[in-house]
Amino acid sequence: MNDSLISGPTPFGLRLSMPQSRREAVKLGLFSMAGMMAACKPKPEVVEETKTKMSGAKAKSVIQVFLWGGMSHNDTWDPKPDAGYDYNGAMRSFLKTNVDGIQLSSWFPQLAKQADKYSLIRSMTHRINGHETAAYMVQTAHAPGERLAYPSLGAVFTYFTKDRYKGVIPPYVVLTKPQGRFSEEGFLGPRYKPFATGSDPNAPRFEVEGIISKKISDKRQQARRDLLKNLNTMSQSLTSDPTLIAAEAEKKRAYDLILGESRDVFDLSKEDSKLRDKYGRHTFGQDCLAARRMVEAGVPYIVINYPGGWDTHSNHFQRMGRQCPQLDQGLAVLLEDLKERGLLDSTIVWCSGEFGRGPKIDWQPPWNGGRNHYGACFTSLIAGGGFKGGQVVGESDAKAMEVKDRPVYPVDLLGSIYQLAGIDHTASLPHPMGLEAHVLPEVGGKIKSGGLLEEIM
Amino acid sequence: MRVFAKPISPTAGFGCLTGLMAFVLITGCSPEKPSKSKDSEQPAAESTTQSEVPEAPPYKPIANAKSIDDFVFGRLKQLEIRPAPPCTDEVFVRRVYVDLLGTVPTANEAAAFLADRNSGKRKRLIDKLLQREEFADYWSMKWGDLLRIKAEFPINLWPNAAQAYHRWLRSALVQNKPYDRMAREMLTASGSNFRVGQVNFYRAMQNRTPDGIARTVALTFMGTRAEKWPAEKLELFAACFAEVGYKPTREWKEQIVYWDPEKPMKDAKAHMKAHTNQTVKYVPLKTVKDAVLPDGSKFRRKPGQDPREAFADWLIRKDNEWFARCIVNRVWAWLMGRGVVHPFDDIRSDNPPANPGLLAHLEREFVKNRYDLRHLYRQILNSRAYQLSAKGRSDNPIATANFACYPLRRLEAEVMIDSINKVTGTHDLYTSAIPEPFTYIPKDIPAVAIADGSITSPFLAMFGRSPRASGLADERTSKIIAGQWLHLLNSTHIYQKIETGYGLKAIRDAKKNNRKTLDRLYLTILSRRPTASEARIAMEYDVKTLSSQPTDREVWIDRAWALINSDEFLFRH
Repeated sequence: MNDSLISGPTPFGLRLSMPQSRREAVKLGLFSMAGMMAACKPKPEVVEETKTKMSGAKAKSVIQVFLWGGMSHNDTWDPKPDAGYDYNGAMRSFLKTNVDGIQLSSWFPQLAKQADKYSLIRSMTHRINGHETAAYMVQTAHAPGERLAYPSLGAVFTYFTKDRYKGVIPPYVVLTKPQGRFSEEGFLGPRYKPFATGSDPNAPRFEVEGIISKKISDKRQQARRDLLKNLNTMSQSLTSDPTLIAAEAEKKRAYDLILGESRDVFDLSKEDSKLRDKYGRHTFGQDCLAARRMVEAGVPYIVINYPGGWDTHSNHFQRMGRQCPQLDQGLAVLLEDLKERGLLDSTIVWCSGEFGRGPKIDWQPPWNGGRNHYGACFTSLIAGGGFKGGQVVGESDAKAMEVKDRPVYPVDLLGSIYQLAGIDHTASLPHPMGLEAHVLPEVGGKIKSGGLLEEIM
Repeated sequence: MRVFAKPISPTAGFGCLTGLMAFVLITGCSPEKPSKSKDSEQPAAESTTQSEVPEAPPYKPIANAKSIDDFVFGRLKQLEIRPAPPCTDEVFVRRVYVDLLGTVPTANEAAAFLADRNSGKRKRLIDKLLQREEFADYWSMKWGDLLRIKAEFPINLWPNAAQAYHRWLRSALVQNKPYDRMAREMLTASGSNFRVGQVNFYRAMQNRTPDGIARTVALTFMGTRAEKWPAEKLELFAACFAEVGYKPTREWKEQIVYWDPEKPMKDAKAHMKAHTNQTVKYVPLKTVKDAVLPDGSKFRRKPGQDPREAFADWLIRKDNEWFARCIVNRVWAWLMGRGVVHPFDDIRSDNPPANPGLLAHLEREFVKNRYDLRHLYRQILNSRAYQLSAKGRSDNPIATANFACYPLRRLEAEVMIDSINKVTGTHDLYTSAIPEPFTYIPKDIPAVAIADGSITSPFLAMFGRSPRASGLADERTSKIIAGQWLHLLNSTHIYQKIETGYGLKAIRDAKKNNRKTLDRLYLTILSRRPTASEARIAMEYDVKTLSSQPTDREVWIDRAWALINSDEFLFRH
C-alpha cells in the first residue's frame, strides 16, 4: 500500500491522486481509514487476508432484528449510570453481565446472562436523524440522495447467495410486516424484494400470507389449480410467448410452496411448547422462533421488523418498560437456541435501529419525557457467524452523546458482515441500465469509515 | 399539527443539506472527472430487450407512405414478416379501456360495445374514452412516474408540493394543453412549490444542481441519458441552468423556485471555499455565458432574460428534432409496448429507430397538429398496427421490434389492483406513513389516481409500482414473480375480495341460471362471454372438487378466482 496516497483525509472526498482501479480505491479507502484511525499505520497484510477469507465464508444466514423507529441506546445497551436524571430518568439500577466490564440496563436480565455470545458496538454513528435516510444508510451503507437507489444488505446477500440457496421459501423474508421506509430491493428489482409473511406467529396458526391459507384445504387448492390451468385459454393459444412461459414457471414455484412440504417451516406447533414458552408467547418471541426455523431450512436472510417499533417520542419510558423485556427474552433465547443447535457459528444475528434516541430526555410537552431521533451515536448488537462474543467495540462519551473512541460507520459494519459471508464488497451489482454500481461505496465524501470490525472477527 | 409531530425536522433540513453536499462534491471533482468519465466509458446498457434483437436487414424508404400503417406494414413487408391478424372486438374493448383509462371495462360497457352493430364503433369508443375523467387520472400516473411526483425519499417534493404538481399536470391533460406549452410552463415557471405546481419540475430530482437539472431535462424532454454524453458536453449544457435558484419561506417545507442571476456568484464562493487548502487545481464553475446547447450551438439569451426562457424557446422550436421525437416515441411506446427507438428513453445516434420513416412521420404529424397529445393518441389507436392481435405469427424478435403483433405486458400494479377492486366491488387502503399525521386516501379513489408516489399500499409495493426515484422507464417492473403469484393465488387479501366483494356477490346471488351467471362472470372479469368449451369446464368444476361437500357459493368463488388469476386478466393483450 502506498503511503503517499493517503496523506490525509480531504474534505468532500477529493483524492489527491487517483488509485488505478476502483477495486483498489475501495480497498484503500476502507482499510487505510481504519489504519489511520487505529494507529496511523496501514496494515498491508489485511488486503491479502480478505481474498483468502472470501473462499471460506463463515456466515451462511443472517437474522436482522430491525429496531425500526430507533431504540434508545442510553436506556438499553449503553447505560450511563452517572449521567443523572436528565439522561436516565427513573432508571436507577444497572445489570452486570456474565462478561466482566459489560453493563446493561436493568431491562435486560436474560441478555445479561448471554453476553459472551454477542458483542456490542457502542460507537455506531452516521449523524442522520431522519427515519428514511437513516434507515437507508444503515441498511445499504450508501449515502442517501444519490441517483441510484441501492439495495439493502438483505437484497445484496440474497443476490450473492442465489446459487447456493435453492429452497422453495423465498430467500429474503420479513417477519411480519414490511418496513416501507425505502425499497429494499433497490435497483436489483422485485425478485430481491423481501417476502413479508404478514399474520402473527404468536397466533394459534401462523397464516403466512399467500402460503398458509385460512380457508382452503389442500384438496380444494389442487382442484383450483387444475381449474385455472383448464380455463387459462389465452396461454393455451400463446404457448410460445416468452412472457407467459416465464410467468408459468414463477407460478409453479409459488405452488411448490403452497402445496409442498417447505411450508411446514412456518408451522410453529411442531416445536416443543416449552421452548415456545421460553421464547415468549408474544409476537417478537415467536418471530425469533420462526426465524430460527427458517435458518435451519437454509433461508439466507431473515428480517424481524420489531413489532410496533421504537419511535418513542412520547410515552417513552412506559413503552420501554413494556417492550424491552420482550426484546430481552426473544433475543436472548434465540442466541442460546442457535448456540445449542450449533447454528450460531454460521448465523449472524444483527440487532440495531436506524439510529438511537437523544441521550437528553425531552421533558417538555407534548413529549413529557420522550426521546427524539439521534444518529450521532448509538449501539448495535452483533453475534454469530464469525463475530466474537463478549466484546465491546468503541466507546461513547459520558452521556452517550458522541462517539469517544473508535467510530463505527454503517459501511464498516456492513463491510464486516459481507466479509464474513464471503461477499466481496468491491464486487459489481447488476444495474438494469448498465450503470456502474458496487456492493459498498467508496470511502470519502459523505461516506466515512472507521475500519472493519477486525477486533471482533 | 405537523410541527409538533416531528420536532427535530431532520428530514426538512436534510434535503437541502444533501443537495448542497452533492453540489460541492460534483463540482469539486469535475477537474478530475473520475466517476463521470467512467460512466461514459460504460459499454452500452445491458438492457435485456435490446441485446436479444438480432440486427434486421437495412431499412429502405417506403414509397408513398402517408400513414402509420403504411410505414409499419411497409417495413414488415420488407422484412418478409407476416403481421398478426386483427384483434377481435372482445380483445379491442378491453385493450383500449386498459390503455386509455387504466382500468377494465364494466360488464355493461363491454356488452354494449360488443352488441353495437354499427361501423366505426372502435373509432367512436376511442373518442369517447379520450374525454373521460379517468383518462386524465391514468395518464397523470404515467407522467407522474416520468416527472417523479413523490413527496418523500428520495425525491422529497413534500406532500403539498406533490399534490400541487399533480393537480397542474392533471388539469393540463384534462384541457389537452399543447405539449410544447406544457413543457415551456414546466421549464420557465417561478414561484412557490405549494402554489405554482409546475415549478416542482426543478425540485423533483435528487440532485438539484445545474448538472442534475441538465440530466433531468435531457431525460424528460429529449428522451436521452445525458450521463452517456462526454463529460464536457454535459457540463456546458448544465451551465444553461446555473441561475436556477431555490429559497425557503417561513412556511414549513415551502420553497420558491426562481431566476437568481446571483446564483453563480454564490456557487462560486462555495466552490472556492471547498478548494482552500487543496492542491487540486482550481477550475472556476461554468456560468450561463459558457453554456452550449446539446446540438452544439452556443447558448444565447437576450439581455435581462431568464436563461430558462431562452432554453425553453430553443427546446420547443419546430426544427428541434429532439423535442418532438422524444414525445412521439414515448407515447408510441406507452401504447404499443415498445418504442420505435428502444428503450424509449435512451435516444442516441448509436441506438437507431427500428423504423425511421415511421418515427419521422409521427414527428411531422405531431408538429403539424400543434403538439396535440390527444390527436397523437387517436392516430395511434385508430391504426391497424395498434389493433393487431397478440397472437404473433413469428417468434422472431425482429417481428416484435417492428410491431408485428401487440405485445403482452403484465398490468401495472395500480391498474391490476384497480381492476381487481372494480370487478369484485372492493377497495384498498392507501396511506403514507410519513409525515405524521398519516395520509389516508378516500376509499373511492382508485390507485391510478393517487397523486403522490409516497402514498402506497403493500400490494402496490409488491407488484413493482414505480419508485419514482430517477424517472427512468425501467424503474417500473412488469415481470410477474413467485411472490406475486403467492399473493394473487392464495392471499387473504385477494380471497376476501372475491368472497365478500359486492360485485361478485351480486352475480352469485342473482339466482339466474348457471349459464347466465357464468356469462355475467366472464363479462365482468374478462369483458367477454365464455366459449362453449370454457362453459363446460367451468360447469364441471363442482363435480370434480368432490371434497367435503363444496357449497354452490364456494364453487362460484373458485370460478371467479380462476378467471382473475388467468393470464387474460393479468396481462394486457
